[in-house]
Amino acid sequence: MATRITVNRRVRDIDAPADTPLLYVLSNDLELHGPRFGCGLAQCGSCSVLVDGVETRSCVTALGKVAGKTITTLEGLPAWYAEQRKLPAAPALHPLQQAVIDEQAMQCGYCYNGLIIKGSELLSKVPQPTDTQIRTAMNGHLCRCGTYPRMLKAIQRAARVMAGGAQ
Amino acid sequence: MTNASSSAAFPRREFLKAGGALLIGFAIAPEARAQPPQPELIPVDLAPGPGQPDPDRLDTWIAVHADNTATIFFGYVDLGQGIATSILQIAAEELDLGLDQVKTVRVETGSGPNQGNTGASSGINRGGPRIRLAAAEARQALLRMASTRLGAPVDRLTVSRGVVSVAANPAQSVTYGQLIGDRHFDVPYTGTAPIKDYRTYKIVGTSVPRVDMPDKASGAYAFMQHVRLPGMLHGRVVRPRGQGSYADGARVTNVDAASIRDIPGARVIRRGDFLGVMAPSEWSAVQAAQRLRVTWDLPAALPATSAELFERMRAAKTIDRKVLDRGDTTGAFAHAAHVASGRFDSPYQAHAPFAPSCAVADVKADSALVMCSSQGVYGVRPTIAALLKMPLEKVTVQFYQGAGSFGHACFNDAAQAAAVMSQEAGAPVRVQFMRWDEHGWDFYQPAHTADVKIAMDSNGKLLAYEYHGWHHTWSFTETTAQLAAGQPVAEGDGPRAQALTPFNVGDMYAIPNWRIVNHRVPGMKGYLKGGNLRSPLDVAISFGAEQVIDDLAYTANLDPYLFRRQNISDDRWLAVLDAVAKAANWTPRKAAANLSSARVVTGRGIGLGTHLSSYGAAVAEIEVDKQTGVIVAKRMYGALEAGQAINPGIIESQISGMMVQAASRVLKEEVKFSATNVSSVDWVSYPMLRFGESPEVTAIVVKRQDQRPTGAGEEALASGAAAIANAFFDATGVRLREHPMTPARVLSALKKA
Repeated sequence: MATRITVNRRVRDIDAPADTPLLYVLSNDLELHGPRFGCGLAQCGSCSVLVDGVETRSCVTALGKVAGKTITTLEGLPAWYAEQRKLPAAPALHPLQQAVIDEQAMQCGYCYNGLIIKGSELLSKVPQPTDTQIRTAMNGHLCRCGTYPRMLKAIQRAARVMAGGAQ
Repeated sequence: MTNASSSAAFPRREFLKAGGALLIGFAIAPEARAQPPQPELIPVDLAPGPGQPDPDRLDTWIAVHADNTATIFFGYVDLGQGIATSILQIAAEELDLGLDQVKTVRVETGSGPNQGNTGASSGINRGGPRIRLAAAEARQALLRMASTRLGAPVDRLTVSRGVVSVAANPAQSVTYGQLIGDRHFDVPYTGTAPIKDYRTYKIVGTSVPRVDMPDKASGAYAFMQHVRLPGMLHGRVVRPRGQGSYADGARVTNVDAASIRDIPGARVIRRGDFLGVMAPSEWSAVQAAQRLRVTWDLPAALPATSAELFERMRAAKTIDRKVLDRGDTTGAFAHAAHVASGRFDSPYQAHAPFAPSCAVADVKADSALVMCSSQGVYGVRPTIAALLKMPLEKVTVQFYQGAGSFGHACFNDAAQAAAVMSQEAGAPVRVQFMRWDEHGWDFYQPAHTADVKIAMDSNGKLLAYEYHGWHHTWSFTETTAQLAAGQPVAEGDGPRAQALTPFNVGDMYAIPNWRIVNHRVPGMKGYLKGGNLRSPLDVAISFGAEQVIDDLAYTANLDPYLFRRQNISDDRWLAVLDAVAKAANWTPRKAAANLSSARVVTGRGIGLGTHLSSYGAAVAEIEVDKQTGVIVAKRMYGALEAGQAINPGIIESQISGMMVQAASRVLKEEVKFSATNVSSVDWVSYPMLRFGESPEVTAIVVKRQDQRPTGAGEEALASGAAAIANAFFDATGVRLREHPMTPARVLSALKKA
């Protein structure tokens, strides 16, 4: 029996057992590149997606648990942002995606799916996060290359851009 | 065996000029040591071999297309540090093309050049010169063609963005694309073309943004983990949760195939002691791997604790080698005014790439395609051909980027596993390691235990330096080959052995009497699989030796920065030391001079370190909670001199990452094991530094644009570890001689003090 979910604004009927972790549905059935396998244990954050706007570890979230819900992946962040901000059209990138490029924050970039998803969630709730708020919010996302300092700057930069301030 | 006198007569700078990395590094023949300096500094692994393009042809390196762009064929892989961007900068600069007019292609056996494994900061250091010279040679060839076409001598031509013009009449011009467009140069590569004067560079030396980042930020980028083939099955390896004694392997005593019978399409693959499961859906494969009931024979051959491990290494019948024996070390110690010494222990540490290794193999009756994240596609190719019993030329290995691997992680193991499973299945198979496979079956940085003794005279001048280090070496037998084909474990030997060198032990100081002894623990029975991890051995070396240097500064009542300063004569070491001290606004005082009775105390420390080339220095500012034992690295400053900086922005990023990794490795990381097997198999049992614990980092690139680039991938790491260790002493007046510097160790050390 198919499970209906909405992924990046498209309605999808997924023909997979309900206990299948959402991650495998997104990366195999839908061939999305954002959420990706890191640990399968909800320890690292590389599989994160937004489920109804809340950062969720897709590697331990069964498909059946998200039936009828709205899922946003890294690829869908610009449209999600436009909807949140009531913009007439989606930008090419979410401001945090752009800030990551502007700060040249990443190294291998594998963890950046999770870092950007979590950072976007944070900015949607706390538009001007303090240093401490950023560290606390991001603490569940690991980066093996050690790019935390640059990601912190990217979040601060995105916050300034989203507030309409100077970059 | 390294001859002591030849090492002494072969100082670091000369060594580097002669090509560097002769002692360590893959596929570097020891006889290269005796060769005269090569102008292009290319390793000797470029000899033509079967199934690879001829390195002595220009077309092997560069193709110029009709649309006036060029493709650069580069044999080193970008592991996420950005060398693809830097190499394009080098090529564009010499070719007089814009950065938007050059690209690289996927590294692949057969079609791409064989420049050896990527490692030891080699991409730019060893790979760059060939690209620079090939680009210069291509430009020369194109100018000759233009000269004929335009009827003007070469010295009257100018080039900009691949448009060749007559200087006196710019309207008279022709593009590279028009001159050669997609045809072969069909000329030899000689390596003799003159290269540009660095003072004229427009692209090299600038911090252009990395070419791969936009796709990685948007989600368009395809990592290895995203590769899919039609009709592909999903595979998982099935192994004990955590490796045991490497030489003993793991033996299957029973497999209960019925235990996964209810999983649709799941099947077991067994070849020797290699076990895997496959299924059409990934979730089925994951479940099958977890549910398959297997009984393993894992002998209780490992030391039961880390303390036992270090004693076992010290008690072993080791292969001892005097790496360096200069002056009269014994005599100098006997007469020195002050001697400081200590024993230091460093644990096994894991690569644990953030993405577990993944590979897709499509093995047919007469050919095989293996897509993987190997740091050496030409290195893994023959091992796959042997497993498949297939001629080398029939095997193609392609590189796809995974997560940063930082050395010999499980990428080749996964590639072999996918190949074996695809051959058994007769269909393409994608194998992705689970987190416990990657953490548990890694080639760990071997544990290291050291005795360090350093002496000075009454004026605080270093007199003698003696370093004894015990460790086993690296291994080169992948677990799939060991289990599936019974391949005996192989230890790295000669230049493939992990060893102390005069460059990573004490090189920074002017030391008249200097002895380094490498105590190699032989055999792999009773030890874990060892491999090169970013800046191999150096974290352990600087953690110990730089603490002893600090002890002497303390004894001499001198500031640790100034004490180092007065004992360094090499300008390049002085430059990084001064740069980091300046950035940190270091004000001289004796260490541990401001001890406080507060619960949370602060300290600062300074340290130096390197690997084979380049110069690293760091300052750390830390907080120690004396009640909980928790150390937090609040702020770190890292300086790195890597010769010519191709892209200073990328080097800054490397330094910043190295400082965070240094904090992680010295404060958190340790492979845990029992007598039977490794028990740290995920991010809870093998903790690493988290976002909330990250230091703020200031990165300083010390540029030497007139020098050749020497590699920026690892050499600041060890200095960061040393700076944190020394900061702990400054905060508490107590030395920690074993890392990671965990709360339990901190509390224990403070209690004893």
